[in-house]
Amino acid sequence: MFQVRIHGRGGQGVVTAAEMLSIAAFEEGRHAQAFPSFGSERTGAPVVAFCRIADREIRLREPIMEPDGLIIQDPTLLHQVDVFSGLKLDGYVLINTSRSFEELGIGEVAAGRRAQRRPADRKCSLPASELALKHIGRPVPNAALLGGFAALSGLITLDSVIAAIRDKFSGKVADGNIAAASEAYEYVKREMREDVHA
Amino acid sequence: MLKQCEGSHAVAEAVALCRPEVICAYPISPQTHIVEGLGEMVKDGQLKGCEFINVESEFAAMSVAIGSSATGARTYTATASQGLLFMVEAVFNASGLGLPIVMTVANRAIGAPINIWNDHSDSTSQRDCGWIQLFAETNQEALDLHIEAFKLAEELSLPVMVCMDGFILTHAYERVDMPTQEQVDAFLPPYAPRQVLDPAHPVSIGAMVGPEAFMEVRYLAHAKQMQALELIPRMAKEFEAVFGRTIGGLIHTYRAEDAETMVIAMGSVLGTIKDVIDEMRDAGNKIGVLGITSFRPFPLAAVADALRHCKRFVVLEKSLAVGIGGIVATDVRMAVTGMGLKGYTVIAGLGGRAITKKSLHALFDKATRGELEPVTFLDLDWKVVNKQLERERQHRRSGPVAENILRDLGVVAAKIV
Repeated sequence: MFQVRIHGRGGQGVVTAAEMLSIAAFEEGRHAQAFPSFGSERTGAPVVAFCRIADREIRLREPIMEPDGLIIQDPTLLHQVDVFSGLKLDGYVLINTSRSFEELGIGEVAAGRRAQRRPADRKCSLPASELALKHIGRPVPNAALLGGFAALSGLITLDSVIAAIRDKFSGKVADGNIAAASEAYEYVKREMREDVHA
Repeated sequence: MLKQCEGSHAVAEAVALCRPEVICAYPISPQTHIVEGLGEMVKDGQLKGCEFINVESEFAAMSVAIGSSATGARTYTATASQGLLFMVEAVFNASGLGLPIVMTVANRAIGAPINIWNDHSDSTSQRDCGWIQLFAETNQEALDLHIEAFKLAEELSLPVMVCMDGFILTHAYERVDMPTQEQVDAFLPPYAPRQVLDPAHPVSIGAMVGPEAFMEVRYLAHAKQMQALELIPRMAKEFEAVFGRTIGGLIHTYRAEDAETMVIAMGSVLGTIKDVIDEMRDAGNKIGVLGITSFRPFPLAAVADALRHCKRFVVLEKSLAVGIGGIVATDVRMAVTGMGLKGYTVIAGLGGRAITKKSLHALFDKATRGELEPVTFLDLDWKVVNKQLERERQHRRSGPVAENILRDLGVVAAKIV
């Protein structure tokens, strides 16, 4: 079972992101369960959503406390919420930012403890809000982050992410989100290649 | 057809397939998405022959449901928590009059303190209201139980509550197998009421009944629920024949063969419990599960039968009978009267407190060793409790409890679980 936790703020489509991730996995014939952290949602308040993906029926209903993947939709949460709580050492981290992990001051945390380092190809920054502004006209980073997460983790294909976006949205909104997700996918692939060469 | 969707959406679609003629509801979290979905389906013409009535309160919702059901219309509503409490007088009337209304309760805690999260306090507070109460474990089961509920309600002329965990199920996206209209039509015949307000054949419904007959009318309400004990398992078989999958029935067991310890629960927490039981079984622990689908009528005989060969049982419930302990546990204990079993009550998950595998492992280990207290509050923060008790000892004007405790805890927005 692969467990993803998504952190963001009310209004950023955090819950929708988890739902779309589950639809993408469903498209690939897998079992998936997405659910929000059930707060009184308010615009700007910290929001958490969860997604589990497995090859058999998912019965577990507890929140995800030890994620295999972490998507952080808003880097300002780093100072407010213990977003890395329970993250597995070989877990993936994708942050919506145009800055590096080191510039954000989380290089050490994201890299794991001294003796056991998180592999470099398991974390990535992605300017998802910028991509969303460019393609959708609004800084809603969720679809771009899912495209990026597909590239980073290989958990789902970009095609499944696109199918999930089409399931949730239609018309120009869907097109814009698909364009953002596709460019994000390419961006992360490129970043990972550069990491390998560095 | 398999689809990945929200639990509320799945239920709305299943209700629509049952061809309801009147839907009246007042929005309250976490039920809102269900009636919103149905409202959209009525408006865009997908759900034909159905009137969606906006009402000004839950009391009005149930009152309208009573009226429409009495005219022979298949009637549906949904509520939760304070909404259910607000309609209680009409809830009793619906069952007392024998009107086959189907209502979803998206289970949520009851205030004070106000809390929008899940537990079973709302529907268990209505355990004696005369409605049948069925509890869903998954979104598939929630969907299926609604289809069964209409048939059961109309066959018995009795209202049915389908209870599903608020947020945990209503807001969860998971895979469901949505039946076709043909399948639902094959299972659920058009509504043929036992009593109907019809100008061509006038009757009155709702007579005042004095001491001469009140007991008899009430006894018949009880007798009908006893009939439901026979009917529900039969209907589960009919359901399987049409839809090709099993639904709850009265109870269902999991890995109960040769179990020395049985864990009893209702609703979605059964999934987490089953995962824990699998791991404990792998470690050689003889432990099994009994899920209760039908809370009302309570299947005393079936529960006793399922526990016949165990040594001890743990009832884990998301409700609290203040002043005694468990609500479900009390019923289970009645079922096993005289069987000489050791029974434990565990109050868990109140107000949305997460029930984790880790806590369940520790709990069930303790139970199998016979070290559990008769009544346990799972993951209760004793530090918080004791601090408040100490405050009350120290100060006459100790202040409001909830506010004190929130102040003691500090900012909780940073917490993930």
